[in-house]
Amino acid sequence: MKFGILVNEGPYTHQASDTAYLFAKAAVEKGHKIHRVFFYHDGVYNSSRLTEPPQDDRHIVNRWQKLAKDHHIDLVVCVAAALRRGVKDENLQEGFRISGLGQLIESGIQADRLVVFGD
Amino acid sequence: MTEATGGIEMEEDTSGKIKKFLYVNRKAPYGTIYALESLEVVLIAAAFDQDVSLAFIDDGVYEIAKGQHTKAIDVKNFSPTYRALEGYDIEKLFVEKESMDARGLKEEDFIVPVKVINAAEMADLMQSQDVILSF
Repeated sequence: MKFGILVNEGPYTHQASDTAYLFAKAAVEKGHKIHRVFFYHDGVYNSSRLTEPPQDDRHIVNRWQKLAKDHHIDLVVCVAAALRRGVKDENLQEGFRISGLGQLIESGIQADRLVVFGD
Repeated sequence: MTEATGGIEMEEDTSGKIKKFLYVNRKAPYGTIYALESLEVVLIAAAFDQDVSLAFIDDGVYEIAKGQHTKAIDVKNFSPTYRALEGYDIEKLFVEKESMDARGLKEEDFIVPVKVINAAEMADLMQSQDVILSF
């Protein structure tokens, strides 16, 4: 099955991004395809290259980056939500890209299921 | 969409494919940004010629309540934007009766025409959708 994922919360404060990541990882391990993860609301912070968690904690940003690289997942950060929150190309982690909300709608059209993770 | 997809192949064209999208609004209009950013998604979605419906449940019913005055909290009152949805052919707006009743609201308290349905009917509506975006 082809999944699209929407992440609506930032890293660490909420569990949403963790759950979305674990869902995506489990899905690809089962042979499903995640074609896109769209980051919206505070979810855009999941893409910040400036993120530096303590060494004994999970690195949520780099974890998304690696999963996307290994499984050809398109990581899209909403431009309007990102600009509002100071996330720009210059502090965007490699593997993510900034684009419009149209990418979310397109994901809903193309995927068999669009799964929303948020508050 | 013709935007670059970062080297990832988009094997499908979305033109001509129509799905049922339901936007579920569950949050009060102010206090958090969910309601405003949800409305921004709906406005973008209008350009995709999909079958769009909106549902207002829980505190989400306040999003379309009449008489919003936000000057004192220095936040823009975006409620007039809901009236513009009609111009984008988005006319299927549903309010959950239980949420409306619990907050002492009546159908005439909303700034846009809505259809009031109960929780069981809301469940049927959700069941009939292809994509549900909950904010």
